[in-house]
Amino acid sequence: MMFIDPHIHMNARTTDDYEAMAAAGVVAVIEPAFWLGQPRTSVDTYIDYLSTIVGWERFRASQFGIRHYCTIGLNSKEANNEGLAEAVMEVLPRFATKEGVVAIGEIGYDEQTALEDKYFRAQLELAKALDMPVMIHTPHRDKTKGTSRSMDVCIEHGLDPSQVVVDHNNEETVREVLDRGFWAGFTLYPQTKMGSERMVDVVRRFGSERVFIDSSADWGKSDPLAVPKTGRLMLARGIDPEDVRKVCYSNALAVYSQSGQISESDWLSPAPIDQRTLYEGNSVLRGQSPRIDDGGAGDASPVAAMSERDLLIE
Amino acid sequence: MRARPVDLLQRWLDRQLDGPPAAWLAAQVAHLAGEHSDRDLYVGVGLVPRKLGKADLALTAEDHADAAAACAGWDPTDYSVDQAARLLLLLTASHRGEAFDAAFYELWRTADVGEQVTFYRGLPLYPDPARYLWRATDGCRTNIKAVFEAIAHRNPYPAAHFDEVAFNQLCLKALFVGARLHPIQGLDGRHNGALARMMTDYAFERWAASRPVSWELWRCVGPYPDDRCLQALARAVADPDPQTRRAAALACHLSHVPAATALVAGASDDTREALASGALTWAALAATAP
Repeated sequence: MMFIDPHIHMNARTTDDYEAMAAAGVVAVIEPAFWLGQPRTSVDTYIDYLSTIVGWERFRASQFGIRHYCTIGLNSKEANNEGLAEAVMEVLPRFATKEGVVAIGEIGYDEQTALEDKYFRAQLELAKALDMPVMIHTPHRDKTKGTSRSMDVCIEHGLDPSQVVVDHNNEETVREVLDRGFWAGFTLYPQTKMGSERMVDVVRRFGSERVFIDSSADWGKSDPLAVPKTGRLMLARGIDPEDVRKVCYSNALAVYSQSGQISESDWLSPAPIDQRTLYEGNSVLRGQSPRIDDGGAGDASPVAAMSERDLLIE
Repeated sequence: MRARPVDLLQRWLDRQLDGPPAAWLAAQVAHLAGEHSDRDLYVGVGLVPRKLGKADLALTAEDHADAAAACAGWDPTDYSVDQAARLLLLLTASHRGEAFDAAFYELWRTADVGEQVTFYRGLPLYPDPARYLWRATDGCRTNIKAVFEAIAHRNPYPAAHFDEVAFNQLCLKALFVGARLHPIQGLDGRHNGALARMMTDYAFERWAASRPVSWELWRCVGPYPDDRCLQALARAVADPDPQTRRAAALACHLSHVPAATALVAGASDDTREALASGALTWAALAATAP
């Protein structure tokens, strides 16, 4: 089975992670621009960070047979540094058009301050001007209200919900997100966000339409195998394989492919020109047929041999 | 009148594009030929692959001849449509002089991999190319092979502008990133004693670690061999790998140092025959290399 992790901060991860992800069937990742833990104090370090995720990290992933995409944006925490935020807004249009940029994101609210609101709106306008999808980070604190408000502002700015991902949902937020026509991302992140057994229940209750999962793995205690592990757990708990495929692969592909920058052919049959410039002929399949019928991952998958208990993210 | 690079790029793209992509490119060229803002250049260059795609640029033998006539050493082999169009936009916008230089600096420092490959391939084409010397030597520090090769391969820029230290580093770095030496333009005109020594040291280092040594390396050792180089060449002429044996013999054969040419005697009959007939060349070796 092929997996996409549509939200993961690979620049904080090791090559061991890349190897394990590739072995577990992860064919593509999307790295949203976000906060580094240490706040940036100048636009120059922000520029170098954005260059890293459109360039170096994309190359690094390619060496492990994983296709790397990213989203470009000013995150909500750093939107509160007005001098920095103004300067970052100046350079965003330049980065938004780079190769492999599939959305403006992750943007939205953290503390729901006036400055966060200002730059969230400005970036929604940028997405509209460039006709790009949007990835919304919903806040940890005051989450339910922050999630509703994020969607209200999108509608106010004339965005089409079919182009907007609302990420980091939970049982309290998902109903409204789906009812209003947005895509609902769920983050399997230990301790703070979703756990995998809860996720199985969410799919049972809400179905697989416009629902998908990600790891948001970063520099914190998190799990870069969260998507393949949870996919396997869903299968073990009797979720229909077609629903698992949607939640772990095809829904994320569907929403972000609206950017024109991500396509299944990128990993199934890479174009010769791309091989020439970046991927050196590395097809994920390496001349073999897709790993689709083996209950979640290939034999070499670190996930394949795991007991159900080891698959759990709590 | 001889065509300028900008004219050739325009001609090749006009021939290949039609419909909305052709119209988009024409509008960009018209706009950038006049007064425009930095942001117009950034967004125009950025959008090229999204608007025009990344198909191979179809070029004839005549096109290649035109390219070489328009700019010495210019080799558009393997150009894609987006690469050609981005260079066309840059050359079109370069009329702004210093304002262009500043904008191009910004564009380059925020370039993605595809843009970097394109900008480095364009090095010989920009007005006053010498001003990009720092950028080019800095680019060689990349670990992204495609970017490195955009500077090192099929590009007249390094041989024309790099000093000895930078050129030697380029050659050695090529081996480190697994890039070929043969496509480095002007390599045989830039040999020097320091390069021969560096390559020899590298060969000994690899042998000590029981790692393979690039057969191409000997090309840089033959012209200026010191005693240690000769020792290494003697070993390479008898190497278990046939490609290495042939390459080392060729390097010795081409050397002007008698102690090196004498080593050819240790080569096989076939190799010595191929050297005598002129059949064994760097091009021939490169063509048969795995």
